[in-house]
Amino acid sequence: MTQFSGTELICYRGGRTVFRGLKFTVAPGAALVLVGPNGSGKSSLLRLMAGLLQPTSGTIAWGGEPISEEPELHNQRIQYVGHQTCIKPVLTVSENLGFWSGIHGGGTDLILEALEMFDIGHLIDVPGQFLSAGQKQRVNLARILASPTKLWLLDEPTTALDVSAISKLEQAIEQHRQNGNMVVLSTHSGLNLSNTITLNLGQYAVGWEEL
Amino acid sequence: MTGQFLRILKRELNLAFRQGMDSMMVVMFFVIAVVLFPFGIGPEANILARIAPGVIWVAALLASMLSLERLFQLDYEDGSLELLTLQPFPLELTVLAKICAHWLTTGLPLIATAPLLAILMNMDMETLSILLISLLLGTPVLSLIGSIGAALVLGSRRGGVLISLLILPLYIPVLIFGAGAIEAVSGGFTAKSHLMILGGLLVAALPLCPWAGAAALRQAVET
Repeated sequence: MTQFSGTELICYRGGRTVFRGLKFTVAPGAALVLVGPNGSGKSSLLRLMAGLLQPTSGTIAWGGEPISEEPELHNQRIQYVGHQTCIKPVLTVSENLGFWSGIHGGGTDLILEALEMFDIGHLIDVPGQFLSAGQKQRVNLARILASPTKLWLLDEPTTALDVSAISKLEQAIEQHRQNGNMVVLSTHSGLNLSNTITLNLGQYAVGWEEL
Repeated sequence: MTGQFLRILKRELNLAFRQGMDSMMVVMFFVIAVVLFPFGIGPEANILARIAPGVIWVAALLASMLSLERLFQLDYEDGSLELLTLQPFPLELTVLAKICAHWLTTGLPLIATAPLLAILMNMDMETLSILLISLLLGTPVLSLIGSIGAALVLGSRRGGVLISLLILPLYIPVLIFGAGAIEAVSGGFTAKSHLMILGGLLVAALPLCPWAGAAALRQAVET
């Protein structure tokens, strides 16, 4: 069984150790929820998982193979949603999504399906600059639906979303998991998901006196 | 791989055409910068013809540098750059596609405008053809080298000024051999060796610059 795991991770950023001795395992169909106070390293951990950052020490592995050995192979497996929505103001919603899903080999029907999923089918020809913050986030989430991958890394995906969009997101995540895929997400607003594993980053925090 | 390259190139061109007058401004700057010289030096035809190669080349360098700051800046600001580094193909390919788009939207229009300026500066037809060949070989090198600077200054304030300080010294070889080729022809010699060196610079920059630019981008998204 292919697992996504990390062992003995140390993250050192901006002159301080964010966390130390952190480990995690995600099995197919599982959802790992990262919690912890601001600054406890939730975003850093997600960026480590995506390969945007390299851990100071420790390894992150997919099925036992460290992801840093084959970064392009890892990129094929992941979809990352960060704090920014990556929407070009001058391109329409369908052009924005079409570019990203095209790279992963997704087709137009998947884009339409993803837009319907988040109730933004009517925005398909609207340029990015006319979208509200919540609509941008919906488009950003539709992006990951439009190109299926095995692992979703979602950094505060509920930002700017209204209640109905959050429930759509919950549906999308559950559907994604039922197909045997994995989700790692950080949240403050508590998504209503079944059988999640919670990782509290607060417990791996390094006190200032230890520096 | 080629499909992905073309996909990024198409997106970049699409963005360039829709969001801006960038290439228009670059061309206007090029024209105005060259036109200033007859005003400053006086309209004596021989002197203008004598300095024309150097003036046109220097103006082309500065013009091509103008738009470099935006090469990665917008993608960096809206988070697209993070996603571009997380694609299932080498980041170098993305950088190369962006460089190609930069050349097509700035280098190529410069070359198209150069004959007009050459007439203005009283260059003859023989030297004009060499000017165009040297620009054709040289301007891609400018975009290639410039991409390293554009990637290195991401995240810094006043990036535009910093790029000029980083990149202009590296442009000197291109300037020497680009302007030198035209000098050689007007002096009655052959420009072959100059043009071959320019070609050599292009061949060397083509693999090295995307590689260095990609390394700088990986640094930029880490912070």
